[in-house]
Amino acid sequence: MLALTLTACGSGEKNVVSGNQTGYLHYGNGAEPQGIDPHLVTGVPESRIVHALFEGLTVKNPITLEPEPGVAERWEISPDGTVYTFFINPLAKWSNGESITASDYVWSWERALHPETGSLYAYMLFPVVNAEKFASGEIDDFAQVGIKSIDANTLRITLNAPTPYFLQLMDHYSTFAVHPETLLKFGGMSDRFTPWTRVENIVSNGAFTLKEWSLNRQIKVEKNPHYWDKSKVALEGVYFYPTENTVSEERMFRSEQLHVSQGIPIGKIPSYRAIANSPYVQAPYLGTYYYLLNTKKPPVDDVRVRKALAYSVDRDKLTRTVLRDTAIPAYSITPPDTLGYNPPKLFSFDPEKARALLAEAGYPGGAGWPGLEITYNTQEDHRKIAVAVQQMWKDELGIDVSITNQEWKVYLNTVSQGDFQVARRGWIGDYVDANNFLDLFLANGGNNNTGYANAEFDDIILNQAPKAGSREKRYQLFYQAETMMMEEMPIIPFYTYTSKRLIHPSVSGIYPNLMDSLNLKYVRLDPNQRLDLIPE
Amino acid sequence: MLKFILLRVIQAIPVVLAVITVTFFLVRAAPGGPFDSEKAVLPEVKKALEAQYKLDEPLTDQYFGYLGDLADGDLGPSFKYPGRSVNEILASGLPVTAELGVYALCFALFIGVFAGVLAALRPNTQQDYVPMSLAMIGICMPSFLLGPLLILVFGIFLEWLPISGWGDLPGDKILPSVTLGSAYAAYIARLSRAGMLEILSQDYIRTARAKGASDPRVVFKHALRGGLIPVVAFLGPAFAGLLAGSFVVETIFQIPGLGRFYVQAAFNRDYTMILGTTVFLSVLIVAFNLISDVLAAWMDPRLRTQFGKAN
Repeated sequence: MLALTLTACGSGEKNVVSGNQTGYLHYGNGAEPQGIDPHLVTGVPESRIVHALFEGLTVKNPITLEPEPGVAERWEISPDGTVYTFFINPLAKWSNGESITASDYVWSWERALHPETGSLYAYMLFPVVNAEKFASGEIDDFAQVGIKSIDANTLRITLNAPTPYFLQLMDHYSTFAVHPETLLKFGGMSDRFTPWTRVENIVSNGAFTLKEWSLNRQIKVEKNPHYWDKSKVALEGVYFYPTENTVSEERMFRSEQLHVSQGIPIGKIPSYRAIANSPYVQAPYLGTYYYLLNTKKPPVDDVRVRKALAYSVDRDKLTRTVLRDTAIPAYSITPPDTLGYNPPKLFSFDPEKARALLAEAGYPGGAGWPGLEITYNTQEDHRKIAVAVQQMWKDELGIDVSITNQEWKVYLNTVSQGDFQVARRGWIGDYVDANNFLDLFLANGGNNNTGYANAEFDDIILNQAPKAGSREKRYQLFYQAETMMMEEMPIIPFYTYTSKRLIHPSVSGIYPNLMDSLNLKYVRLDPNQRLDLIPE
Repeated sequence: MLKFILLRVIQAIPVVLAVITVTFFLVRAAPGGPFDSEKAVLPEVKKALEAQYKLDEPLTDQYFGYLGDLADGDLGPSFKYPGRSVNEILASGLPVTAELGVYALCFALFIGVFAGVLAALRPNTQQDYVPMSLAMIGICMPSFLLGPLLILVFGIFLEWLPISGWGDLPGDKILPSVTLGSAYAAYIARLSRAGMLEILSQDYIRTARAKGASDPRVVFKHALRGGLIPVVAFLGPAFAGLLAGSFVVETIFQIPGLGRFYVQAAFNRDYTMILGTTVFLSVLIVAFNLISDVLAAWMDPRLRTQFGKAN
């Protein structure tokens, strides 16, 4: 403890100042990660650390999000789009100096898909032939799954159908390779309890290696000398802090203990926006905030009622007042400009039409309204939105709506049991493709929860779109399906998320993008840039 | 005395057992499980996970299995943090939380006893009203208000003290300890005032004063030991309360203690973690109550004879 205090003394009091001199980034990471095993964790704080320590076959360009070479120096796709051949970079090494081989991938994917591993993201690999069958225990011979090592540096993957977003999945941590010998040294392939991810044991292949992991205090990573592209890495290392409370986090940023914050209290945004050279950075984020409507429960089993509710919400007002311009009004499920795809906008704020539809459904001016309940998980921001929506429905439609909050796991249970009329929901994309939003509403989709079922919609998403041939044709099909779905209005979309964070002026190379994806390889520190005084 | 301690330890066993049993079945009764997430979990994956954590066994088997592990000192693996055991997580957070608790308690004792004695010496004068009003404010002021206030004044305006972390920067332990200790300082001030007032009106104090003893001599030599018995009785539960209640302070100041794990375990339905922290804290509370009883007995001869008779 004393030693710790002394080193802190020696390097100056402000992390940002000392970090700029020594090349260490101090990063507010939102929460203590559950772990760093790529196949076991889920969540944003985890993904940042996993991406610092590991690298996929491809990596995303931080600006365009298009796949670029990672562990694979290049790849070939068969003309019919179902066979991917990855050529592993001979320079790609594990952090112990061993070469990364194609068989490491075969082993790792067997682990990721093995039912006993319990990877919540196993479905990321389901486009691969027989992967789903293996994961569900239907077959137990992994040799039947469409992943083969041709030689040490060549990996061949066979898909069920063309999957245009497949290369993007190779940058998702659930498809990363792990070092088989290290895992086997500490346990079985599908063992969840092993200490292989501890500082003294872990072997990884990313731009950084793990140096320290103090629970709820900090995680420190340092430049990996075996990383194939190490000449591009500017930082010496990164400290990640579990900054759960955004109010405290903002204070840390203000006193220059952090280079980057994970969020910002919404009330602080105006004062940050006001200053010159503002550290506040806001960018569209691949996520939609919406309400689920239970199409099996009256009164929302009537499409006219559902539409009346959707038309009578003034989204511009909602995002301007409650959300202080930190969100973009949304009228459909897929966020705008999802790799060039734009969703249909079938309606706008139209209280006249909403009242007419409600009258048609048998509740003119709200007369005879049976009541309605909005369920949301306990959180201040959700409450504010629910109250605003409640008031809008009262003003425009003359109907009374009650709001109930539930603790997170209770709420999850309520939604999955279908025991609600209206429930809050948000969906953040796992990869940049409309498919990731539209397949939510497949009739048997686990995240559908609305009771919406349409065989034609399912056919487009499952059969027609994958075989569309061109991006243009595929997007047309998506547009058609999304229009079909939104005409039934099983959800009320409210807004597209934005990522909101504070970035110290000395930091460059953190590019705002739709996935809020961070590649620490490109981050640079400039000690000459100072933070302007922030008004209280 | 030994007999008294032994008896209290034996009495504690059913208490702890009851805590374990009630907690075990209550957390299982709560809706939602540790593996529920916003994204639908494949049924096969969920089944495999439940099998790995033995959640597929009958509840009574799980219960006795847990008791068996507990007897070996094994609190089980955490559900939320794969690869970490509850023992390990507790061991990482406890030293920090305990240190914070000790500092907060020291602060509370120093300020509280000082203010209480000052007030008791001149009851119903300015010297009484001012510290006691401050104590009332201290009791009423929640730590989630006091913490940010102190941060604003000492951390941001004056820039005297760091505002987050624990042991990372010199002086970063001061604000959290003061924040956590303030409410307890206020209680202790009121308790020591009451205790001192009672003692100061006793005959033996009057005798001491009649013999010409000065204020400091009366307080330190004669009154303090008896006057602080209510404070000592309060210390045991107070320290346990400090440990359990440091969650808010730990969150405000980004301190890597136990409190955050304790509260989040409940939100995450991390069954083993909830049980582990609850069992651990209940053992602590029982132990601290015992210690403060023993201390009180040592300080007050009348209590000692009572125990002597009872046992």
